[in-house]
Amino acid sequence: MARQRTADVIVVGGGLHGCSAALNLSMLGLSVNVLEKDHIGRHASGVNAGGVRRLGRDLAEVPLAQASSKYWQDISAFVDDDCGYTESRYLKVARSEEELVGAHCRVSQLRRHGFTHEEVIDRESLRELLPASAPECIGALHVAGDGYAHPFRTTQAFRRRAMKLGARFHEQIPVVSVKRQAGLWQAETPRGTFSAPVIVNAAGAWGGHLAAQLGDPVPLEAHAPMLVITAPLPPFVAAVIGALGGALSLKQFANGTVLIGGGVRGRAFPDRNQTTLEMSGIAEFLGTACGVFPLLKKARIVRAWAGIEGYTPDNLPLIGRGTADGVVHAFGFSAHGFQLAPAVGHIVAELVTGAEPSLPIGPFCITRF
Amino acid sequence: MSYDVIVIGAGPAGMTAAALAAEAGASVLLLDDQPGAGGQIYRNIENAADSRGRYLGQEYMAGRPLLHRLRKSNIDYLTDATVWQVSDEREVGYSHEGSARLLRAPYVLLATGAMERPFPIKGWTLPGVMTAGAAQTLLKSSGLAADGAVFAGSGPLLYLVVHQYLRAGVKVAALVDTTAKANRKHALQHLPAALSRWDLLARGRRWMKDIQRSGTTMISGVMDLQVLGDDAAQGLAFQTGNGEWREIAGTHIFLHQGVVPNVNLSMSIGLDHAWHSRQLCWRPRIDDWGQGSVDGIVIAGDGAGIDGAVAAQASGEMAALDILYRLGKLSIGERDQRAAAPHRVLTRERRIRPFLDAWFRPAGQFRVPNDGSTTVCRCEELTLDDVRAPIGIGIAGPNQLKSYCRAGMGPCQGRFCGLTVQEIIAKETSRAVAKVGYFRLRPPIKPLCLEELANLQIDGSEE
Repeated sequence: MARQRTADVIVVGGGLHGCSAALNLSMLGLSVNVLEKDHIGRHASGVNAGGVRRLGRDLAEVPLAQASSKYWQDISAFVDDDCGYTESRYLKVARSEEELVGAHCRVSQLRRHGFTHEEVIDRESLRELLPASAPECIGALHVAGDGYAHPFRTTQAFRRRAMKLGARFHEQIPVVSVKRQAGLWQAETPRGTFSAPVIVNAAGAWGGHLAAQLGDPVPLEAHAPMLVITAPLPPFVAAVIGALGGALSLKQFANGTVLIGGGVRGRAFPDRNQTTLEMSGIAEFLGTACGVFPLLKKARIVRAWAGIEGYTPDNLPLIGRGTADGVVHAFGFSAHGFQLAPAVGHIVAELVTGAEPSLPIGPFCITRF
Repeated sequence: MSYDVIVIGAGPAGMTAAALAAEAGASVLLLDDQPGAGGQIYRNIENAADSRGRYLGQEYMAGRPLLHRLRKSNIDYLTDATVWQVSDEREVGYSHEGSARLLRAPYVLLATGAMERPFPIKGWTLPGVMTAGAAQTLLKSSGLAADGAVFAGSGPLLYLVVHQYLRAGVKVAALVDTTAKANRKHALQHLPAALSRWDLLARGRRWMKDIQRSGTTMISGVMDLQVLGDDAAQGLAFQTGNGEWREIAGTHIFLHQGVVPNVNLSMSIGLDHAWHSRQLCWRPRIDDWGQGSVDGIVIAGDGAGIDGAVAAQASGEMAALDILYRLGKLSIGERDQRAAAPHRVLTRERRIRPFLDAWFRPAGQFRVPNDGSTTVCRCEELTLDDVRAPIGIGIAGPNQLKSYCRAGMGPCQGRFCGLTVQEIIAKETSRAVAKVGYFRLRPPIKPLCLEELANLQIDGSEE
């Protein structure tokens, strides 16, 4: 056991990013201990909307999203499980001329940087793609070739693949404190001390606390983005839908149920693993959903929930080496990290092994605040 | 509007508590999802003709005085009001006449009663199969009964419904009793205490005698059950004590395997619950007055543990007295003095429970089926094998399973599968059920119209 507590890398956090880091590190033959305070995929990774989306991302994230997209196209080849991945278009609907102008500006900006995946579609094309949409919908930003996956199953698939390659996962083991001693990071837990020359902070909403101990204090806040799901409806939408003028993310699954969210936040209590739903916030994004699809008014809501996620002040993640030796950060994804996980895992492995990251990560530097 | 107390559920506990609190000057809102007061036991008591009362019996007509007391009290009482959320800050979300509201009160009393235990056997999802409780609901609410039905399972309610059927002049094809003979030995040690309610025991014996005398086929010591039929129930196959399988034809099969507290609401609030190994169910942790682990959220009646309607009424009284004391409307002396009588009733009623719980303890094969192809989660149509498979690859908690294979994800929020799924996990991983835990439940605990929630009205009233 004592031998098993020593490894090349400690990964703190068994969410999708922790699992992806462990997988990518194991692929290089490194030994990894993943320490998870609850169970794998317990929080944001297991309960998010599963969006595999490039549409609407911050310019700084587009290269990572493009790289991840390639993994998702053939995710089975990567993790031996299709992760419930379904290819789907993404549309952000415009309901005013102003929003449509904004969409055109966005597309030109992306083109100036060489990205051509997003385009604007007009009213007729929109009507053809979304016959159930309200007449107020006059166009949309559109991406083909994105999709969505089953979040908990995806996280478990990454874990299982990593385990096959030798990564060790330790559930119900919180890291109490960390310190650097004789060139090794020592992670104190109720089950003893784990040590490794490198520590990866993939602790999500809890990552700020760990970052501070590692010498990189950062203003991370925990929030609880909320989702609702309806009872099955006849098929009416075959794309993932957002709105340019309001918080919305909506998709209908093969079983007919409709998942509706949009990042509106409930309250998070990370210390006790609890979330509180803000019904007024849910009412807000449901109102937007009804505005786009009037038929939703009569749908029945079966369940609402929220996950605990870490947000940075600029809503961009924290990815990169820490100021101290042997520290790599990958957290604070601000509720849009799911799609990025395969590529970020690869970048983390590069950072751990001392290689130059193959994609630009400067904007995600932890010392930027 | 603002209220001192919001009472949820108009069964014996809720009716009593609401009336008593209002009589002592508290402002009370009573919310109930049925068209009339009474809960399960006194369902439709307001409109039931005396003729219906005759076959439903004295245990049904006992609801009349409660109803009169409720009607005389000065409360706001909403029928057909569905409560879909209570937050740990005592904010109650409910739907009434097509609109949804949020309303906060210093005290929220949950009196949501019991539900029938999941009883997963082969064919239990076929049309024509329902619970004995549902059959009784039809009888009480509209006087409907199915001629030639087969009743199967165990528990006092099963015999009561058969007895009510016979008194209503309806023919019952058979009573197939799964009560394990081995239970008797354990039950007998609790018999002396149970004699405090010897009248109940005597009544049960009388029901059995009446059922026998009616010529109804009675089979006891049944080890396994299977509903026959492809598209609808055609009959019931059962395995007798000596291992032999036999069949009875019937297109109405009524199943029952006891009742458990309906904890969906108390669980979704996040109240502490404890596993009760004698009643094989979760119960909210409460003090003697029904106060749960979140201040101001109080539970009375069978929702806090199965003790029956008489006890529910007494616990409703005690809960209301304590709330009145905390509202400053009674002194502690007045509270304790007035609580003495209901406390005695509760003590007496609870003394028979160990005997009943032991006698009717559901056998393992009726809690987790033997046959892997038996449906376990009805909403998501998952079999025992479907639920077991992920456990084998390390998905070994109720919430992990729910996320992975959707067990418990459907509109019933685990009412039909929660106890089964946790026991499957316990069996497969050799852990205690109490350690495995239960689904994390999420509002709305009852399906809610999307438009209603989008137009949510929030009343800012606070204490």
